[in-house]
Amino acid sequence: MRISDHPILGKDRREKKIIISVDGKEIEAVDGEPIAAALLAAGIRVFRKTPKTGGPRGVFCAIGRCTDCIMTVNGLPNVRTCVTPVEQGMEIETQIGHGKWKDER
Amino acid sequence: MKYAQVAIIGGGPAGLAAAIEIARGGGQATVMDENHRPGGQLFKQIHKFFGSHEHQAGVRGYAIGEQLLKETSEMGVDVMLNTSVYGIFDNFKIGYIEQKREQLLQAERIILAAGASENTLALPNGTLPGVMGAGAAQTMINVHRVLPGRKIIMVGSGNVGLIVSYQLLQAGADVVALLEAAPEIGGYGVHASKIRRTGVPILTSHTIKEVVGKCQVEGVIVVELDGSMAQKPGSEQFIEADTVCIAVGLNPLTELAWLAGCEFVYIPVLGGNVPRHDTNMETTVKGLYVAGDISGVEEASSALDEGRLAGIACAESLGLYSSGEARQLKAAVWDRLDSLRTGPFGQKRKDAKDKLISTGEGSVL
Repeated sequence: MRISDHPILGKDRREKKIIISVDGKEIEAVDGEPIAAALLAAGIRVFRKTPKTGGPRGVFCAIGRCTDCIMTVNGLPNVRTCVTPVEQGMEIETQIGHGKWKDER
Repeated sequence: MKYAQVAIIGGGPAGLAAAIEIARGGGQATVMDENHRPGGQLFKQIHKFFGSHEHQAGVRGYAIGEQLLKETSEMGVDVMLNTSVYGIFDNFKIGYIEQKREQLLQAERIILAAGASENTLALPNGTLPGVMGAGAAQTMINVHRVLPGRKIIMVGSGNVGLIVSYQLLQAGADVVALLEAAPEIGGYGVHASKIRRTGVPILTSHTIKEVVGKCQVEGVIVVELDGSMAQKPGSEQFIEADTVCIAVGLNPLTELAWLAGCEFVYIPVLGGNVPRHDTNMETTVKGLYVAGDISGVEEASSALDEGRLAGIACAESLGLYSSGEARQLKAAVWDRLDSLRTGPFGQKRKDAKDKLISTGEGSVL
């Protein structure tokens, strides 16, 4: 859910012109925003499943410290989505366990 | 290898203020920060600051941040962004990663201004998506303009819990309850009153017994606590919510200070283990300074002043100021810091800081 109007910050005039894909589904994003913000705006909250129990995890600290929000981005696992900006055409996947590299079998 | 006269790790209020002071003294400062833009956590602080006129009371946090960035660029401070520092090695060689490459920077002096991170709370199901730091929610709403949820439970009634609750309301969320384990509200009355006027219930002597949900937060079971903080059986109630914000304090990000061999002191009121330092903000490792939350969790205003202090002292040690000039400059900063550390909240921190400083002045490990 985006905050388009705000009593202190005013109207949000940024354009949503970036398209990223999350588990194959395309979503809109604002240029320069972190992946995690785009996902939360699209209502996506489960970012990964833990290695041992498969428990769901999402955003906790949002400043790059806790690593709870890591996902596989363009074939690279363990990317901190809260501090990694979106890029046009980025392919983001829910990370299962420790994740797999793109060229890993 | 890149060289810096003074390397400052962390580009928040403390780090930038330190860099500006060094540049003002004629020195060369390089700020290293992991983020895409400097300013640290100032830009999520959309409320007006407290304190005196010198502390820019009445000015919103992000406006202070913008002013700081302007000064930083006017003073010609070198700011390295997207730069993660991972270690400090012999003779102040700093290991960092930039553009996925490991590199080294040689510094003459180092100022650590890494800040702090939010404490977690061990709760059954507390790892479910939707449970997050109050500061994380604040970053999402005020910096990225995204609501992390619609129905929020806030845990902790210190100033962070109170201010972020209000900001969540401003952003359009519904704060369904604010829980406080202690029998009394922790933060300033003025913030608590604003929350109460909007109708948000503040439940003191209450905490979360467990978070409920399958793949994400669907609600919480709240329980009342007795005088000894034990859960009262039969007092459980379910409250529907999609987000739980945790505002139970912060802890200093001290990894680099540990790696550098600093001596530490455990002071709970300052957030836990903090590097011992003197009135110059110099640690027990000569030439290594600390400023801001890493030296004890306080607030942005004190971080700015501690940064100035570390910057001036560091410039003095490099011969950029005479001891007379430095003494005057530092005394002015100390006056401001002392005035910040007053009142029921500030005094506790002042006592802790005084204890921390008085026992370690100038000692070398």
